[in-house]
Amino acid sequence: MFDVIIIGGGPAGLAAARKCCEEGLEKILIIERDSQLGGILNQCIHTGFGVGIFHEELSGPEFAHKYIEMLKGTRVEVMLDTMVLEINKDKEVTIINHDGYQKLQTKAIILAMGCRERSRGAIATPGSRGAGVYTAGAAQRYINIDGYMVGKRVVILGSGDIGLIMARRMTLEGAKVLACVEINPYSGGLPRNIVQCLNDFDIPLYLSHTITKIEGENRVEKVTISKVDERFTPIPGTEIEFDCDTVLLSIGLVPENELSKVAGIQLDKRTKGPIVYENMETSIPGIFACGNVVHVHDLADNVAMEAERAAQGVSDYLKGCEREAEISLSTTSEIGYTVPQHIHLPLDKDRYDIFFRVRKVFGPAYILVKDQEGNQIARFSRQYIIPGTMEKITLPKVLLQKGKGNLTVSIEEK
Amino acid sequence: MFDVVIIGAGIVGCSAAYYLSQYDIRVCVLEAANDVSMGTTKANSAIVHAGYDPETGTLMAKHNVIGAALTKELCRKLDVPYKECGAMVIGFDETDLNTIQKLYDRGIRNGVEQLQILNREETLKLEPQLSRDVRGCLLIPTSAIIAPWELAMALMETAVRNGVQLKLNNRVEAISKKDGVFTVRTNADEYQAKYIINAAGVHSDKVHELIGEKEFTITTVKGEYYLLDKSESSRCQRTIFQCPSAVGKGVLVSPTVHGNLIVGPNAVDSDNVDTTYEGLQFVKKRAQRSIPFIAFGENIRNFAGLRAKNDRGDFIVEESRSVPDFFNIAGIMSPGLTSAPSLGLAAVDWLKGKQELVKKDSYCESRKKIRFNELSDEEKNELIKKDPRYGRIICRCMTVTEGEIVDAIHGVIPAVSIDGVKRRCTAGMGRCQGGFCGGKVAEILVRERGISPLEVLQDQEGTNILVKELKVK
Repeated sequence: MFDVIIIGGGPAGLAAARKCCEEGLEKILIIERDSQLGGILNQCIHTGFGVGIFHEELSGPEFAHKYIEMLKGTRVEVMLDTMVLEINKDKEVTIINHDGYQKLQTKAIILAMGCRERSRGAIATPGSRGAGVYTAGAAQRYINIDGYMVGKRVVILGSGDIGLIMARRMTLEGAKVLACVEINPYSGGLPRNIVQCLNDFDIPLYLSHTITKIEGENRVEKVTISKVDERFTPIPGTEIEFDCDTVLLSIGLVPENELSKVAGIQLDKRTKGPIVYENMETSIPGIFACGNVVHVHDLADNVAMEAERAAQGVSDYLKGCEREAEISLSTTSEIGYTVPQHIHLPLDKDRYDIFFRVRKVFGPAYILVKDQEGNQIARFSRQYIIPGTMEKITLPKVLLQKGKGNLTVSIEEK
Repeated sequence: MFDVVIIGAGIVGCSAAYYLSQYDIRVCVLEAANDVSMGTTKANSAIVHAGYDPETGTLMAKHNVIGAALTKELCRKLDVPYKECGAMVIGFDETDLNTIQKLYDRGIRNGVEQLQILNREETLKLEPQLSRDVRGCLLIPTSAIIAPWELAMALMETAVRNGVQLKLNNRVEAISKKDGVFTVRTNADEYQAKYIINAAGVHSDKVHELIGEKEFTITTVKGEYYLLDKSESSRCQRTIFQCPSAVGKGVLVSPTVHGNLIVGPNAVDSDNVDTTYEGLQFVKKRAQRSIPFIAFGENIRNFAGLRAKNDRGDFIVEESRSVPDFFNIAGIMSPGLTSAPSLGLAAVDWLKGKQELVKKDSYCESRKKIRFNELSDEEKNELIKKDPRYGRIICRCMTVTEGEIVDAIHGVIPAVSIDGVKRRCTAGMGRCQGGFCGGKVAEILVRERGISPLEVLQDQEGTNILVKELKVK
């Protein structure tokens, strides 16, 4: 019988394991489907990791390595090359690996499966279907892990962070990145990546554009992009053609919740991840979740911090903390979602961090938190709020105690 | 020297090869692509039509009804996914309801069993997600869904095990005949045979005209599709057709044997299989007429296929009028997939009229595949004990193991590409579309085939996924 089984050995799983260990849990197991720990960090050879957690700028593999080193010699057990096929509310974990097919029993579970990239089908990009179209992450793996280039003349669809990172990476390896094409009127990536990965290399960013045709029988030969209207419909006459051999897709990430669904965990349609409480507990008591399986983060450091909250949650759960009622958080339409979606009562923490992303670009604005009766219980000022960055507000317990019933988060432009 | 050369390894060529492989003759199949089922066979609606649609008395009607029964039997024998999920032709107005009555009458004449006309309430009760505008339907309980490329593969694998020679990457470039013997020249080699069966799909007119006179013309009609994630599979239990019109059977919505939802096709004159913005928009709008709330955001792949339409309006299943001993199976548009086994048998019947065919003393007519995901827990454990590679999941979306991928690469007809692996064991067919497993499948191809990563193909020749090595390892 395990105290906790952590599903996934990426940044979320590693940070959760470390914290569980620190909290004194005895039987801790990480199950990882790949043959090494680290998850997607291993292919992220750029820097930008670790500032929040380790106070130094690290590459992805270095960030993972720090955690792996910390776990060495601890009680944390690791199963590699092992896939979890099913979990259930009784906290049975069905796994498969070269030893066979077996069920493990645990007191608590932390879901840390991460996310996957949306593929071409998700946005139904028309055209031919030869080689040369890759998700940015798949291309990143071929280049950084396997050591092979995927193309020479590149158009990037979508301006998510992996796409931006790959624009720079392909350029540094001698490819010509002709354009980064974003259907929204704003980028979905971090501002620092726009500057460091596009602007510094004179790669044009076409906002409110999308690919309307991919040509080439065996491999991409030409891509046509078009401007789109506010309903994302291509506008005839705005076509621009690029002679290229490669299209990289960076059109969003989707939390991987196939296991959660089968277990009957309630998911949020907006995040596509489990609905969670402030301690990262899901709708099934004893099953916790953290990282990109809950909502897509901007920084691995934020993933790690969330994982620590989940681990703390497991520790408290195993000690038998009683929870009953809850406060629910909702949002107005300019905000995509909040995590957590609920806060347990009684309020037993000094402060509560609320994370969310906005759906459009805001200049100077206030983030408002109102209670059920419309009374404002908190107000946060921001110079700007953008979709590419995860926003965080911290609600002290005293303010939460003032509010009546459920809360709504909204934004008001200054 | 062969008795028979079959040109084309689509579902029709594969069927002919399968049935001929039971006889004591030498058969060779020439295929231009690097795998079987690379044309229309891999890109269609994947429906086994019951046979109510073709006009009574046509070859289409005949082969459809016989073919549907044969397909069912073959899928069972050859371990090919097949599901008799049933179908509906739904109507929205008086004209449609008249059409439904006509289809019913025609179905009865064609010998289709269990047909029923349902009213609005009965229709919605069976398929509650249909549009409220539906007025009634023709219910076709015997309509089925299959994996067409898997059937083609199974037929050809069995044929090869029975001694048929399959020559991939052989594009037929010239055909001549001297002293009763055909010489077929391809880009790779030359083959001699007494008889030729032309199953070259959309190219069958060109292939025939390499030696014969112009007797028919094939034009191609493109059909575009959406394939949606398993999360959308509960939209309907059956294949949902709209009433056929002059332009075709219309846009259907159907479950697939792999648990997805397929939506399409349109019908556009075109000779390429590129999808288009307009085409996909059209398909989406039409499908929403049947089932309004399909979540197209759950789409995982678009594709298009070509129908081989001929100028005679019926299947061409006959000996060439200008070249004796040359048999055309051409213009095999819908219901071509369903009809294929019957068309294969038609080739056998034709050959029987030419020379005596003697059945082999022993031949195999069955096939069994390991599908890890479908095994019981005990069977899984047993398999992993025998070969630990079955304990390593490579494709997480479809739960496909390394063992199955290795099986595909070393099978009777070895997979030579990432998509070749996908067609054989479904790795990469799921929601991430190979985003995670593509690289791993590539690695396994490199290892098992002893090739360079630069030689790994996505699909046909020329679709190499990697262009340059970055560093010496």
